[in-house]
Parts: sequence; C-alpha cells; structure tokens
Amino acid sequence: MTALRSPAGPPSGAPTPSGTRVVVELRGCTRDFGGVRAVDGLDLSVREGELLSLLGPSGCGKTTTLNLIAGFVAPTTGRVLIDDQDVTARPPHERGLGVVFQSYALFPHLSVFENVAFGLRERRVSEAEIRRRVGEALALVRLGEEGARRPRQLSGGMQQRAALARALVYTPRVLLLDEPLAALDRKLREEMRTELREILRSVGITAIFVTHDQAEALSLSDRVAVMNRGRIEQLGAPREVYERPATRFVADFIGASSRVRGRAVATDRVELGPGQSLEVRAGRPLSVGATVELGIRPERVVVAPPDGPRVNRIAGRVTRLTYLGAQTEVTVEIAGGASVLGLVPEPSPVSLAVGREVTLALPPDAFLVL
Amino acid sequence: MIGRAAVVLLVLFMTLPTVVVVAVSFNPTAIMSFPPAGLSLRWYANALGYPQFQRAAVNSLIVTAAASAIALLVGTAAALALERARLRGRHVWATALLSPLVVPGVAAGLGFLILAAGLGLLRSRLVLIAAHVALVLPFVVRSVWVSVKNLDPTLERAAASLGATPWRTFRRVTLPLLRPGLFAALLFAVIVSANEFVVSLFVSSRLTEILPVAMFTYVVNYTDPTIAALSSLFIAATLALVWIADRFFGLAAVFLLDR
Repeated sequence: MTALRSPAGPPSGAPTPSGTRVVVELRGCTRDFGGVRAVDGLDLSVREGELLSLLGPSGCGKTTTLNLIAGFVAPTTGRVLIDDQDVTARPPHERGLGVVFQSYALFPHLSVFENVAFGLRERRVSEAEIRRRVGEALALVRLGEEGARRPRQLSGGMQQRAALARALVYTPRVLLLDEPLAALDRKLREEMRTELREILRSVGITAIFVTHDQAEALSLSDRVAVMNRGRIEQLGAPREVYERPATRFVADFIGASSRVRGRAVATDRVELGPGQSLEVRAGRPLSVGATVELGIRPERVVVAPPDGPRVNRIAGRVTRLTYLGAQTEVTVEIAGGASVLGLVPEPSPVSLAVGREVTLALPPDAFLVL
Repeated sequence: MIGRAAVVLLVLFMTLPTVVVVAVSFNPTAIMSFPPAGLSLRWYANALGYPQFQRAAVNSLIVTAAASAIALLVGTAAALALERARLRGRHVWATALLSPLVVPGVAAGLGFLILAAGLGLLRSRLVLIAAHVALVLPFVVRSVWVSVKNLDPTLERAAASLGATPWRTFRRVTLPLLRPGLFAALLFAVIVSANEFVVSLFVSSRLTEILPVAMFTYVVNYTDPTIAALSSLFIAATLALVWIADRFFGLAAVFLLDR
C-alpha cells in the first residue's frame, strides 16, 4: 500500500507520474483533536482536473482531511499546498476554493440568486457581470426559474444544486464536496450522482469529495483514496481499488467478499484441506508454506457451472438464499466450514434451495490475497 | 368548560388593575374614584403640561436609549463569546450574565448610590445609565444567546469559503440571522429600563430623575388622576412597541416561540 501512496515530498511543481499538474497537496498532515488523531501523517496529491474521492467509514478522517484543505481546521503538523504555494496558515476566505456542504448551508435569509451571487459580491464583480454569471450558473444546475425563491422553498435536490451553483459560479481553483448526496433519498441520490458528474465534467474543475458510499466513490471519481484511521490505505482508479484492494481493510470496505483460509503448497496453489486445493493467480507468487487468506467477490463466483474445464471446482451446500430482485445472493458452506457468497442472476437458470448440494467454480484470477 | 372559565377569570384578574387605571384617567373630578364620574381629558393635559414630567420624560428617553444601546452591544458580544469562545468557567460566566439581579433592588440601588457618591457622579445621568445597563443586560444576553445557539456555524464557514472575511461574514450572515433575537433583546431592554423604579430612585436627582421616579414623587404629594393619565400613556406606548414588533418581525419570532 505504501507503493500506492504518493512519494513523500516531491520537489515543488514536479509532475506526477501521469504528467499532470498537482493542484492540491498535503504533506505529512496530522491533526489531533484532544488526544484523538483524526488524520495521521497524510500525504496526498490531487491532479489538475481530476475528480478524487476520499472514501471511508465515519471517523476515518476524511472530513477532517477536507477541512484541512478548506482551511477550516489547521494541521497539528504538516503542510497544505495549493498550486505549489504553502497555504497552511492562510484562512479559508483567502484560499479561493469552493465548498459544497453536506447540509448545503444555503443562507436562509437570502434568495437563491443572492446565495449564488454571494461569492461574486465578495470579489467585487460588477452588477451586470453578477447577473450574467449567476444566470449561467443557475441554468447549469437547472434552476434558471428559481432565483427569486428562498432556499427553504426548494426541494432537497434543488437545494443541493443551488449549493453547487453557489460554489461553482466564481470558478474556484478546486471544488470540495462533503458528502454532497448523503442528505438525499436513494432514488434522487442516484439521479444526482449522474448529474453531478456531468456538471463537474462539463466545467472541467478539479474536485475532491468525501463520501462513505462506495458506489458514489466508484461511479463519480477518477481516483479513490480509501481512508482508515486517519491514513490512506489505498489510492487508485476505481477499478483498481475494487479489483485489486491493497489491504484487507480495502477489500472488506469496498464490495462484499468471502474469505477462505488455507496453506500455500506452491507459488500458485493453496490447500484448503485434505485433498482440496485451489489454483491461485493473484499477480504475485505465494510464499510456500505460509498460511494464506483468500478473498473472492460474489460476482466472480460461478454457481453451478456448466460443464467445462474442471478448474477450482468446489462442492458445498446452500445455507441461505437472499432474493434481491435482479439477482439472488447465495451463501454456500464448503468443506471445512467456510462460507462463500455468490450471485445468481434472476430469473435463475439453476434451481436452488436451502440445503441443496451445489458446485462452485472459483476462477484462479479472481482471488484477492489478503 | 371549567377550564375556559378559569382562563377568563385569570385574564380578568391580570388585566383588572390596568383597566381601573385607564378608566380613572378619564375622571373629570380631582379624586381617583372608580368607576369614573364622567369623561374628561383634563388630567392628560395636566400630565403633559407638568414641567417636571416633561423633564423626566426627556431623562427617560436618554437613559433608556443609551442603556438599551449599550446593553445590546455588550450583551451581543457576551452572548457570542459565551457560545463561541472556549472560556474557562463558562458556566459561571453564563450564570452571572443570565440571572437577573438576584439581590433586592434596594440593596443594588444603595450600592450604586455609594459608588456614585464616591465617584462624585451623583448629579450625572451616567450612574443611572450604568445601573440600567446592569439591570437590562441579563434579558439581552438571554435572548441573543438563544439566537446564537440556533445559528448553524456551517453558514459562517460557507461564507468564509465563498471569500468573505470574518467581518464581512458577520455583517452579511451572522448579523442578519441574529436579527429577530436582537430585536427581542432591544424590546426587553426598552421595556425593563423604561419601567425601572427602585434602583433609579436611589441614583436620581431632581434634575436627572426618570419618569417612574417622577411619577412616584408626584403620587407622594398629590392625589389627583394625573398619574393615572400618565400611566395610561405608558401602557399605550408599550402596546405600540409590541404592535410594531409583531408587525415587522412577528411576535413568535421576537419572543422566540414556535408558531
């Protein structure tokens, strides 16, 4: 996982491996709150134009990280850089960032128009220019007709979009979003997720957002930083983080996975029990003789496979069926007592029932070595 | 039914003294009898024309305006500090600032009198204003504090993120959102200060005395309904204030009630 973190303290302005400019950089940032370490020696580089999400459970330090960048919280040690300038001591109002708050924090005493105009007025933009730019921003978020209304007269989704317009209208260097969709109900949240990404893409802004929702992080971002206990466990593209979790925490936090334990009997073979072994191609050779814990995602498990190459076939007994609409989740207990979770698309091609014997096929390249 | 009757009786009981005073003020005769023998405005003319009342009214205006303004300023700062600053012994400060003077008015008055004498300020309105600030402050702090507590701190963070300096944030976000609380505070301050009597009696001179003190002095010396007329004017002024408050802010907002 250390290899995936950005190198500590690259020279200022140095291009990242992908060759793009770094806009926001945290160097060795630590923040304590009365003896509790919320953020622990964090290094992070955010590239120009990317959408980066900080993903983790509550209390993992993701919101504190966002607050460090925004300037609402000062690091106990470490430095914050924006465009290669040290802004650690600079107050929030001089950082030129845009923030979308979880509660939206729209000013209740101002109209939607004046809320959006707020940042422009602070920048002493002319009245005509304000009218033009607020109009554009409201049109961008489909609130062109709502300028005269008060925030509390808007629906949750509209408030969310108004907050977005307010933070985008003065084209901030970076947009920070704190759980931007968490306050919306599920259906609206999924709609807004798509809309939010389209808006951010069309503006081409660098954005960092905090979320505890993995689907949100995976679908919205170019890179995901999975956080745990004040540190980044893994930083990578959504597919990379999902398919090749660097740590057990990441494997557990992102997506469901089953675990089986065994002993490596060859660099590519794990023995689960007497006469039962699995071929494992995990990208790196196993150390022979060591105890190995393997993880596998439910969608990679093939339940009741058709006849074919007999690789990694395991017999087991169905212990639970959970119907989810588009698919059914199958829990299978294999020899040795471990449970493996699999998914069967609905309508199911195989007939399943609790207690029935079933065969599973576990593709050798589907394993996560934890 | 019994409940409603009890409420009606209670309201009658509470408003009866006021009704009596207003009724007596229209009495054409020189004695305060109830019910009045007729209808006349002569005591109103007398009250408004009495020079000592005119002087006291000016004093009242000055003292109440100054004390309310000072208390509003100081009280707002105190309320913000109590809620926002990490004060050591916050509870002690809060208790001290929030409890209306628990010592008897006579004792407080005596204290202010001794201090005023020591400072040679017996003939000045300054002592009167200082005393009123002290008396009015708890009401101000309390109503502003409630507003401060209800203020979402993320709104101020939002303003800062949008580029507003702390002062601009205060002007454009904090202050407008505190307005109902500030107005309630001002209303309380004005009503309490305008009606304050006991402490004022100790620190007033003939030249600086405020209306309630002048009215008391008048009652001690004369028994005609002039005082009832003046009291009625007082009541009318208070009602007008409350009406204005309701008109522009809504009483619910001013008294921080949920509708």
